[in-house]
Amino acid sequence: MTTVFGPRLLLFIAVFVLVASVLPLWLSAYVLGVLTTAYYFGVFSMAWDLLFGFAGEVNFGPTFLIGLGAYTAALLDNQFHLPIPVTVLAGALAALVGGLLLAVPALRLRGPYFGLVTLVAVLLLQNAIVIFAAFTGGEIGMTVPDVLSIDPKVNYWYALAFLVICAILLFGLSRSAIGLILQASGQDAIEAQALGFNVTKHKLAAFSVSALFSGVAGAMLIFYMGAASVGTVIDIGIGVQIIIGAVLGGRRTILGAAIGAIFLVVVTEVLRPLGQLNTFVVAAVALAVILFFPDGLLGHVLRPRESE
Amino acid sequence: MSERVRLEARGLVKRFGGLVAANDIGFDIRAGEILGLIGPNGSGKSTVMKLVMGIERPDAGSVKLDGVETAGWPSYRIARAGVGIVFQHSRPLHRQTVLENIKLALLPDSLLRLAAAPGVDERAREIAHAVGLGDVLHRHPSTLPFADLRRMEMGKAIARDPKVVLIDEPFAGLTAGEVGAFSELIRGLRDQGRAVLLVDHNVKSVAALADRVLAMYLGQRVAEGTVDEVMRDETVRRVYLGGTIEVVERRGANAEVKPPLLRLEGLSVFYGKAQALDRVDLDVREGEFVSIVGLNGAGKTTLFNAVSGLVPYSGEVRFADRVLSGMTPGAIARSGVVQCPESRELFGELTVRENLDLGGQHLAAGARTDQLAWLFELFPILEARQSQVARTLSGGEQQMLAIARALMMQPKLLVLDEPTLGLAPVILEQLSKALERLRESTPITVLLGEQNVTFALPHADRVYLLEHARIVWEGEPAQFAAEMGAGYL
Repeated sequence: MTTVFGPRLLLFIAVFVLVASVLPLWLSAYVLGVLTTAYYFGVFSMAWDLLFGFAGEVNFGPTFLIGLGAYTAALLDNQFHLPIPVTVLAGALAALVGGLLLAVPALRLRGPYFGLVTLVAVLLLQNAIVIFAAFTGGEIGMTVPDVLSIDPKVNYWYALAFLVICAILLFGLSRSAIGLILQASGQDAIEAQALGFNVTKHKLAAFSVSALFSGVAGAMLIFYMGAASVGTVIDIGIGVQIIIGAVLGGRRTILGAAIGAIFLVVVTEVLRPLGQLNTFVVAAVALAVILFFPDGLLGHVLRPRESE
Repeated sequence: MSERVRLEARGLVKRFGGLVAANDIGFDIRAGEILGLIGPNGSGKSTVMKLVMGIERPDAGSVKLDGVETAGWPSYRIARAGVGIVFQHSRPLHRQTVLENIKLALLPDSLLRLAAAPGVDERAREIAHAVGLGDVLHRHPSTLPFADLRRMEMGKAIARDPKVVLIDEPFAGLTAGEVGAFSELIRGLRDQGRAVLLVDHNVKSVAALADRVLAMYLGQRVAEGTVDEVMRDETVRRVYLGGTIEVVERRGANAEVKPPLLRLEGLSVFYGKAQALDRVDLDVREGEFVSIVGLNGAGKTTLFNAVSGLVPYSGEVRFADRVLSGMTPGAIARSGVVQCPESRELFGELTVRENLDLGGQHLAAGARTDQLAWLFELFPILEARQSQVARTLSGGEQQMLAIARALMMQPKLLVLDEPTLGLAPVILEQLSKALERLRESTPITVLLGEQNVTFALPHADRVYLLEHARIVWEGEPAQFAAEMGAGYL
């Protein structure tokens, strides 16, 4: 715990940040756009992994939290023309409050029911947005008058900086004393309690942190895209993509989740010429990884070292 | 020994639905004292331990820690108040080292303290050395032998310097040498002035350690006192041995000449790192009734599950000249080895008749009707209960149904695992009579596992005694009564 970031990891992060931040000098606006989206998805997956990998709770509705953040920010910007930082903050708060309202009763449930509740929450949010179409734009979506930047390079750098900050915070948290307690709570709640830890409190805290990061990332994403729509931030399919990204990259690794999510977004884009086949190939690859390497890509790399 | 009462339990009651798992249980443990809480499976001893730890909430009664009422508190609060528990099975953090696992137990329950306090590392090292893990501080739990995992659990339990330590089956899965080392650790806890509760199946395993013993059976307290007093107690002897041992002379000692139907050679089973069976050799000849006796935890169920293909094992299982290893449990059952498990595994929502019909799925319609008629003759009560839902039967009726369902499959070898578990004496008699009729009316071969010797011996042609994963004695029932009767408890 004293060495949260080992020297090898620090080097890896430094190299990644350096390479990633000079990429705009060569890459086209189109490729930068794909990477920008991918980085936001990286944050979504990291936030999800904190809850699943560490607290042991499967949240089938990451887009409930993301959507709350995104739509709150979009509404405030669209209706009241508040400055972007204020709306993003409000979005984060909305995700936090909404997440807590959901998690406090849901965490009392055992086994698969927590997951089911989160799944239903997504459908509820989606329906609410369609019902209040007058304010939310319904299924068509809602444009936001403000955007982060019109320069794809600047947008890219925003996303990169955001990804790196979130990665450091979430990874640091996962390796802290709290991360350790959280893992114990996720793996054997009865024993964690018998060691004197209030498991519900720690899980709620994890859910709150996950909600905060999801909300902020959701809000940032719509100010990059210039619009909020059900299809881009709330749809169950988006949630599935976030989950697959995290599992693909490696459960309980945080950084692996980001790598997996970025990988998934990029591969989907690369395979776009395949048309309908594209989603099929991506899904098949994801299925193969989950079946044969359930620890995920990064988890698989880390494992041999553990069983020394 | 100090006279101060550390833990005081009074009138603890816990019900699960209609089952009373603990009824009016009370005891004191003083500082520097070890209390053994013993009882067979299903006696409620684990429930009592969970009530003390707050893992289950008592329906009535009180638990006081140094005079402070803790009944009804969540377990993390009880833990912080000074109660530590060593679980029998635990899931350590596999990505963390031994040292980090112990550090976990030293962390404050806080959302704000991101880094461990400065003294934690040193304290964790001290604890690791104290429980004998000094050499494996930086290994991962998955690479440790079972005994070291238990040491680690012990280290975690004592990390917060608890006043009371609860230990669930302290010696399960340990070798004789490790038992000695563990006993030393537990004595160390007593010498440090902690109150210790050892929960185990039988008196024998805690005899060397416990200052006093409390025996439970079917949720009730049956005896309390020193080890000797409890071992001499009539009720305790009846619970474990089932009263006086009588042996029915078996007519027609022709079993000797028959070929073995089931033969086990060098059968070993490991659960993770705990050895549950150690090179067991055993024969059951055609038409023979063989009883395996042994206390709970000796390995009887494991042996049966290995035969039925439910657990992986090394060694060989032969049945009627076929090697059973590698066959699926379903295929083994269809080949004629049918197990009637300890837990009965009835289909609770189906009727008696439906349960029986399911057992007879493989039979032709005519054969099924005949078999059913024969079974109703064997267990008349089941005929009367045909349309009743299995879940609502009494314990004894459920056991009869479980046996009858197994017999519907027309087994060549019937494996009966602990049929008397949790049954009242009067039911035992009915069950015993049914087994007697079964033995007389069919050529069936039976392998019975029992802790209740009185039930197991009368029917048996031969007896094996299983102790700590090993067969330690083999012979005729009459010899068993003479040679082993006294030393069994």
